[in-house]
Amino acid sequence: MADTAQLKYTYSLRLGDNAWILSHRLSELCSNGPFLEEDLALTNLALDLIGRAQGFLKYAAELEEKGRTADDLAYRRNERQYYNNLLVEMPNGDFATTIARQLYISVFEYYFFTALQNSKDETFAGLSAKTIKEVKYHMAHAADWVVRLGDGTEESHAKMQQALNELWMYTGELFEMDSVDEALMAEGIAVDLAALRPLWESHIRKVMEEATLEMPEGGYMQTGSRQGIHTEHLGHMLGEMQYLQRAYPDAKW
Amino acid sequence: MVGQVYSKEEILELLSEIADPEIPVVSIREIGMLRDVHMTGEGCEVIITPTYTGCPAMGIIEADIKALLDSKGIKSTVKLVYQPAWTTDWITSEAREKMRRYGIAPPEHSSCGNITKAEEHITCPQCGAKDTEVISRFGSTACKALYKCNTCKEPFEYFKCH
Repeated sequence: MADTAQLKYTYSLRLGDNAWILSHRLSELCSNGPFLEEDLALTNLALDLIGRAQGFLKYAAELEEKGRTADDLAYRRNERQYYNNLLVEMPNGDFATTIARQLYISVFEYYFFTALQNSKDETFAGLSAKTIKEVKYHMAHAADWVVRLGDGTEESHAKMQQALNELWMYTGELFEMDSVDEALMAEGIAVDLAALRPLWESHIRKVMEEATLEMPEGGYMQTGSRQGIHTEHLGHMLGEMQYLQRAYPDAKW
Repeated sequence: MVGQVYSKEEILELLSEIADPEIPVVSIREIGMLRDVHMTGEGCEVIITPTYTGCPAMGIIEADIKALLDSKGIKSTVKLVYQPAWTTDWITSEAREKMRRYGIAPPEHSSCGNITKAEEHITCPQCGAKDTEVISRFGSTACKALYKCNTCKEPFEYFKCH
């Protein structure tokens, strides 16, 4: 692989992994949603994310030129070879936790893909233009729930606040940049994550104010996913997700 | 035996018969998923685009295209493209009317708008009233939302602006 192709492979893999791991988390809620319409909503989000993951992992596989497919990348890597942000691998927890994770990530994705649709790489730009339409619905879904629970009963308010506080330490990592981001930014391909941070913060703050919640501030931030270092939750998730492909390699429907 | 030679327009016409697997009253051409046909030396390449990235109907549509063209003796490949991104603005007015008669409220606004605004006062496909409200932004398929009509009290599906 030429240098740029190598960098784009890593970039596409990260975006694919974020969508893929979050889609699996949300699909765990299939038939476990709090009520029917919400069950459908959460699995609809999972479906959008599976589609997005297919797009980015397929592109990563093409850039790699080693004959691997999107499925190989999805199912046949070990924990340390996944580059998703820690936030998306966090367990569903209670409903407030699922919604807090959705708010943080979908607002981030809204600004991220809005910027990436101007990428000089046509595939990134094309997938982003498509994704942004779907993310608008994810973001509205999460914000509606945060307001409803935050500005709801004493108990729902407390649970929503607690969930937002607990996941806060995984949000700093969303804006971390390394040499891959920097080299691709110089070519007009990647997004300047530092520039997204104020947009993300002010958007989250607005939702929290409407929800009568306190915005968490600063504090210690977890990191590691850029090096493939994850929380203890990812391994357990992969154990379930990859079981069939590991037990029956090359199984076909 | 030499098979009949088809023009691009004739192939597009043939493919107009293929229905959307999830809304069988409209064709893939009317809904805007069938983008183009490129004639190649041996046959043709059919360009399609998904409505949503995770649209599970794409595999079925690809198989339907290949089977139909194969039955006419036309060699074909199917290519999936993401750009330009599909939009509900491409759905023809005939297809919108067919959807409405089928019981699905067709998209009412342009795709670029604010989604919260675009969700208000959707016309009920059953009784035509505008006093309707959204139950959930997500329905039985990625492209639809759930609504209820406050006039005839019936629930219905709305094809979301996208």
